[in-house]
Amino acid sequence: MDFATTGQTLVQLSYLAAAFLFIVGLKRMSSPVTAVSGVRWAGVGMVLATLVTLVFMHASTLNLILVVAAIAAGGLLAWVSGKRVAMTDMPQMIALYNGMGGGAAGAIAAVELYSGNEQSLTHLGVAAVGGFIGSVSFSGSLIAFAKLQGLITKSVRFSGQKLFNLAILLVTLGLGVAVVAGVYTGPLAVSLFFAFALLLGIAMTLPIGGADMPVVISLYNALTGLAVGFEGFVLDNAAMIIAGTVVGAAGTLLTQLMAKAMNRSLANVLFANFGESSSAGAASVTGTQKAIEASDAGVMLAFSQKVIVVPGYGMAVAQAQHKVWELCQLLIEHGVQVRFAIHPVAGRMPGHMNVLLAEAGVPYDLIADLDEINAEFDTADVALIIGANDVVNPDARTNKSSPIYGMPILSADKAKNVIVVKRGQGQGFSGIDNALFVLDQTRMLYGDAQSAVGQLIQAVKAAG
Amino acid sequence: MIDGVIALYIFMLAAFTGYEVISRVPVILHTPLMSGSNFIHGIVLVGAMVALAGADTTLVRVIGFVGVFLAAGNAMGGYVATERMLQMFVAAGKKKGKN
Repeated sequence: MDFATTGQTLVQLSYLAAAFLFIVGLKRMSSPVTAVSGVRWAGVGMVLATLVTLVFMHASTLNLILVVAAIAAGGLLAWVSGKRVAMTDMPQMIALYNGMGGGAAGAIAAVELYSGNEQSLTHLGVAAVGGFIGSVSFSGSLIAFAKLQGLITKSVRFSGQKLFNLAILLVTLGLGVAVVAGVYTGPLAVSLFFAFALLLGIAMTLPIGGADMPVVISLYNALTGLAVGFEGFVLDNAAMIIAGTVVGAAGTLLTQLMAKAMNRSLANVLFANFGESSSAGAASVTGTQKAIEASDAGVMLAFSQKVIVVPGYGMAVAQAQHKVWELCQLLIEHGVQVRFAIHPVAGRMPGHMNVLLAEAGVPYDLIADLDEINAEFDTADVALIIGANDVVNPDARTNKSSPIYGMPILSADKAKNVIVVKRGQGQGFSGIDNALFVLDQTRMLYGDAQSAVGQLIQAVKAAG
Repeated sequence: MIDGVIALYIFMLAAFTGYEVISRVPVILHTPLMSGSNFIHGIVLVGAMVALAGADTTLVRVIGFVGVFLAAGNAMGGYVATERMLQMFVAAGKKKGKN
């Protein structure tokens, strides 16, 4: 066997090993105990496949230098940003890194289509489909990133938007078919195809509200996986086909789970603009919010038997998870039974709140999910809502005209007392009034979560 | 050479595998898991490398370079983000043991 054949065999074996390690890694991520080892196994697979590819690929010196430079630049940038980003900003970083993967799949397709080396119709077609999906995922993820990062604050909506988007989709598909079939070829045709695909990703994502963004990011994650799988077929690369398809399937499942937790169908998220119908439901909340001083709230907490904390995105934004845990430790010393109630979509993604609480050092056994905790609110003296809103809105249970009607919620309204830590009297992420805030047993503690919880800590200490 | 039908078999089996492996993951790990699966499709890097390695015009070189750059960002960023998040679960778990 000559060097080249041996090399190709080694490359194939390294891809086999990588695919194996990815699947084992994903499986190990299914338990908190083995999860870190899971991502490390997958990491070993990635390094192995990359190194073996680098050693055995046929490249001119210039191209080899470019490859190494691009890996160094992209890797370094992502490493620094990934290390520095705050846990609260993780969802948009995932969107960003995912978009990069989609862009890379798009770039592979672009290389195939521009170079014109590819002759087989099947390969050209699959390359174009993968390039289309990858490009949509790329530009769409960047918009999702910009929205969560606060760079784009408005959801752009206009009448006839769906028709406009449909038109872009049809033009993109038409161009794609023309390029693949050889009817309309050349660099300009290929460029137009990619330009329209990128435009579609932007146009699709702009009208979607911030609250629905996790579902969208998850969808783009699945789409990138699919695009990678398709490009893997074009390049005869089994590792890409397997890894891409596994992620495509897993991402689709995850997207469904998230949409289900929010009581929204995927079609609803993508095509019906959230909040459009909310004005009808919003009018139904009558009554006034009653304020409370931190000192009184502190006394109430200190002399409770049982407190259930409901953390939401407001807590995450204020970086108050450490303070909240400090407060809870203090309460536990006072003999108060403390539990954390986590809604499936608390934070911005399922599990995001668990990550934030884990960061603050809250033990798992104090954390309960929706099904577990809902029966316990009856026995709680205080439900302490910190920066959560829609997930505790009883309208979801009772008010049929509310846009969130039917969404499973935490039954905080069943607690004897409710203290809501909230920045102001405004509405939540979805722009819906909250019926919980005007109940008789509810008191509002206005302020940034960080400082408000700080005041509560002082008040509990003062209460002895 | 992976021909059409074999590719379809691989697609099918990989899709089942992805679905089955993920369906057993608890909700608390969903965000790290999304990040982890995001890391795994970073394998697009090897494809981008091969595409750039074969580049023979400036246009294709530029696109290939951008592709490798983006793919490396996907893989590295995905790894760092996932590991950082999962590390926290380990820390929280240990603390629980001590208390």
